[in-house]
Amino acid sequence: MKQKFTTITSTCVPLPIENVDTDQIIPARFLKATSREGFGENLFRDWRYSADGHPNPDFVLNDPTYSGCILVAGKNFGSGSSREHAAWAIADYGFRVVVSSFFADIHKNNELNNFVLPVVVSEKFLAELFTSINADPKAEVKVDLAEQTITNISTGNSEKFDINPYKKLCLSEGLDDIDYLLSKRDDIESWETRHQ
Amino acid sequence: MGKTLFDKIWDAHTISTIDGGPTQLYIDRHYCHEVTSPQAFDGLRQRGLPVFRPAKTICSPDHNIPTIHQEDPIADPVSRHQVETLAANAREFGLTHYGIGHKNNGIIHVIGPENGLTLPGYTIVCGDSHTSTHGAFGAVAFGIGTSEVEMVLASQCILQPKPKTMRINVEGKLPDGVTAKDIALYIIARMTTGGATGYFVEYAGEAIRNLSMEERMTVCNLSIEMGARGGMIAPDDTTFAYVKGREFAPSGEEWDKSVAYWRTLASDYDAIFDKEVTFRAEDIEPRITFGTNPGMGIGISEPVPASEATDEAGAASYQKALDYMGFNVGQKLEGTPVDYVFLGSCTNGRIEDFRAFANIVKGHHKADNVTAWLVPGSWKVADQINAEGLDQILTEAGFELRQPGCSACLAMNDDKVPAGKLAVSTSNRNFEGRQGPGARTILAGPLVAAACAITGVITDPRKL
Repeated sequence: MKQKFTTITSTCVPLPIENVDTDQIIPARFLKATSREGFGENLFRDWRYSADGHPNPDFVLNDPTYSGCILVAGKNFGSGSSREHAAWAIADYGFRVVVSSFFADIHKNNELNNFVLPVVVSEKFLAELFTSINADPKAEVKVDLAEQTITNISTGNSEKFDINPYKKLCLSEGLDDIDYLLSKRDDIESWETRHQ
Repeated sequence: MGKTLFDKIWDAHTISTIDGGPTQLYIDRHYCHEVTSPQAFDGLRQRGLPVFRPAKTICSPDHNIPTIHQEDPIADPVSRHQVETLAANAREFGLTHYGIGHKNNGIIHVIGPENGLTLPGYTIVCGDSHTSTHGAFGAVAFGIGTSEVEMVLASQCILQPKPKTMRINVEGKLPDGVTAKDIALYIIARMTTGGATGYFVEYAGEAIRNLSMEERMTVCNLSIEMGARGGMIAPDDTTFAYVKGREFAPSGEEWDKSVAYWRTLASDYDAIFDKEVTFRAEDIEPRITFGTNPGMGIGISEPVPASEATDEAGAASYQKALDYMGFNVGQKLEGTPVDYVFLGSCTNGRIEDFRAFANIVKGHHKADNVTAWLVPGSWKVADQINAEGLDQILTEAGFELRQPGCSACLAMNDDKVPAGKLAVSTSNRNFEGRQGPGARTILAGPLVAAACAITGVITDPRKL
């Protein structure tokens, strides 16, 4: 899980749907596992497979035309439930980056905590990116964490994206929040003494 | 400049702020259920860590548990394993655990408040987005992911970017037949499903102040459905009267000291919010949803509106939702046959919801075409239903009560709405497949749900 993140250049999987909620990313009936592994096989389960378990040929993950480790989704991605299983499913399937013009808060944190980078782009950049992928499924995108830039290689257009410096460090160094908090035990205890 | 209710609590719990990064926030209360916690406990084991402050975490299974025959072992082996894993983890790490059948068992967001575990001024987290419910008490309460559950278990702290603040005022008096659920569904429809993302909301105004604690919980519960990090209401005499005397609430001298502190928490008159929105209670009628997110809602008398999307992806997403529901633009939904009615969940599974439902169905009979699931939010709610004789009214009207749990809200147990069937549900999400693969959900309050249950079609309770 703790995979250091540097620069990624990849083709994309387009999902031009808005308000993709975490129930679509991973339906509740697949949340019964007690480990973090294996959620990728049920990523987008009810869009990806018919009720009898056959792959739905119209869904993008079943279309061999599209591949890559960058998922490009419509705005307000990851709304709804706080289930981290959604981020585990995305990571386990092999995505390293999710691009959208807007993310739901909890899901965005969950992606970051699993070393998947949520990249927020402008509506215009997103629309152009969908157009590029539509015109050429092999269109590539470059995501540079150090520079905080995302580039649509087909058009050459580039945008800066935001990430707080702390999370950027965690991603580039492969550190997690628990490592940080454990180093602060003394501060926590002295705060408790003062406040309880 | 004055401070907001949110800022007062957030600042009082800030241990440090990482330069340009998140706040290290101390957590007073951590609720834990079986679905989002097992991997966090595994993480502790892998790192060889104990739970840092075991007294501050309360565990209760709710998502997976059956709502009939809870006295028997859970039939689904995977669900059973998850529920047993929570009990085993609680035992291993020394945590309070209200297992199936325990008098304090129930939906975690119902049992926290009713046992006095949720208090004003607290910071409260749980691996569940409806943790915002506890904001009704004037607490900073929000949902977290499993990595964050592990952080809280390991350090009683969480790293969290500080959200912006928004105040939503609902002024005026609520019309008859309109419930707290209708207020929330109205606000979400006006704000849209992502309209409050990045904000922590304080609800204020005459119509909010006049709500009971249970109604306030319904409003705060749904904050996440417009993307808000959480929702809260300033604690007042209504809050204190509810909390007083509950099992874990402060008592004696401690009570007086607590109330004195809680009275200082309300937003100062000159506090500035990053955003402020005002609605009029008189504009709200009983609400229903017509699409596949809680923002796609209308007054029950209104037709399904046309999409307001300005781009292709937005218009396509809107049409996808209508196709899933089988509704058309311009269609009025009153009179549409209903297959299932669900009363329950952390949104509407408390005693006042059952009183409201019973009040409508009294003297009527459940429609033959409707399967109704009435699921109390906790054993305390179930006991109160019986103590007030509501069970008799419901039984005479052809309804059966089930045992407490999350049930059909997210259908992790056997309470699944079959594909294609239409459910009127007092829960919180109408996402595709939320109540079972292919299930179609209309969200509504307990009065609309009761009216639909006796007529068998979508019905305005004011017309009965």
